[in-house]
Amino acid sequence: MDLTDELLRGSRLALARILTQIENNTQQGRQALDVLFPHGGKAHLIGVTGAPGTGKSSLVNQLAAAFRRGQAGGPRRVGIVAVDPSSPFTGGAILGDRVRMRDLAGDTGVFIRSMASRGSLGGLALATSGIVLALDAAGYEIIMIETVGAGQAEVDIARLAHTTLVVEAPGLGDDIQAIKAGILEIADVLVINKADRPGVESTERALRSMLQLAHPSRRIFQDTTFKAGHRPAIEIPENTAQSLGEAANESVWIPPIQRTVAIEGIGIDEVVQEIERHRQYLEESGELEKREWARLKSEMDLLVRETLVKQWSARVSSSQYHAIVQSLALREISPQQAVKKMLGDD
Amino acid sequence: MTERKIRVLVAKPGLDGHDRGAKVVARALRDAGMEVIYTGLRQTPEMIAESALQEDVDAVGLSVLSGAHMALAPRILELLRANGQENVRVFIGGIIPDEDAPKLLQMGVAGIYGPGASTDQIVHDFRAAIPVDNP
Repeated sequence: MDLTDELLRGSRLALARILTQIENNTQQGRQALDVLFPHGGKAHLIGVTGAPGTGKSSLVNQLAAAFRRGQAGGPRRVGIVAVDPSSPFTGGAILGDRVRMRDLAGDTGVFIRSMASRGSLGGLALATSGIVLALDAAGYEIIMIETVGAGQAEVDIARLAHTTLVVEAPGLGDDIQAIKAGILEIADVLVINKADRPGVESTERALRSMLQLAHPSRRIFQDTTFKAGHRPAIEIPENTAQSLGEAANESVWIPPIQRTVAIEGIGIDEVVQEIERHRQYLEESGELEKREWARLKSEMDLLVRETLVKQWSARVSSSQYHAIVQSLALREISPQQAVKKMLGDD
Repeated sequence: MTERKIRVLVAKPGLDGHDRGAKVVARALRDAGMEVIYTGLRQTPEMIAESALQEDVDAVGLSVLSGAHMALAPRILELLRANGQENVRVFIGGIIPDEDAPKLLQMGVAGIYGPGASTDQIVHDFRAAIPVDNP
């Protein structure tokens, strides 16, 4: 396939066009994924999720710039997939994450693709997975997937990532959004952005106590303070937890909590270091292989479901389907009986 | 096959900071079922062309209130062509004097909308200009 050859040879236009085919689940897109699959599995995949208003796009912007500068091991090419919700009524979407990423605009070592959720949860995770594969095959070494953290859809997408960042911000409400949404468990790194706002200490305390509840055997947390060389606008108290004397279990990853003020670049280098440290941990502990296995299995399972539904709906005619729904609405048959009827099993 | 969506880039090139019009159009296009990549203010032609490329858009909507349209439009059209995106339709909204409109259309601009233009007209023209074929 010519377009995939061009992609593999570095054409950004070919990459962009293939991403569209993948997103639209066309035959050309599916064939491209088969061709590109052996070329994947190289990039470090970083999920970034959190409630609206936490400053995720600004954080992603700064992290991408930091990876481009290349503190450890040189500059790396960065792909960014920014997912925003589609309107359930009109099917359209405003994809506005690029507004926060102006700094990256002139750099051809960064590829940003905005995606709309388009309604189907399973479909979104599959499309995102395909887009990530194409970027991986095209040679982007760091791929960040940014989504709004609101529930199961985001958990599905988090399964795609090797390292998941959950972003919080102080003052968004009485409860911690991440905890409410139930996505705290998927975090590998917790970021408290907008850390110059009031309430940051209680946000951090709440996160630490939730982590303690989730991981009762761990009483020592990775302590994060701003490094010398940065000039923080806020005072960060030195945490004395480490002096309590218990050694942390080396093979267990304790999600660190890092404060940032993304728009001012504060705390960014520290987050990059935590991401690198997590990658190292994944490789040394054998977790990376396990996560890759789980990731690919999860994708295959999603695909099995999508394929079966498609095959089934091809067997059922539209009029048959509507007649059965009518019967269901009149309470003549139960939902289970309706399905049996459709499959011809009654 | 998933339904193909029309993808549009909405940008404000140059230095003018009035973005209400751009936002109104962006919302209208979204309400018409399109996916709008909104890039915001102070975009250079190069930034606009690169975003259009990466997002594989069908159309670019430019909001120009500064009077710089005769310099910006040809530059953006040229960059799109150079990037292999000669099929991308370029629409311009804002303050465009009557005598400039025919020149812009001749350059290849697909539609021009002054302050009084209706969003219904804009949506209609976008849909008419962008072929939604089955690949």
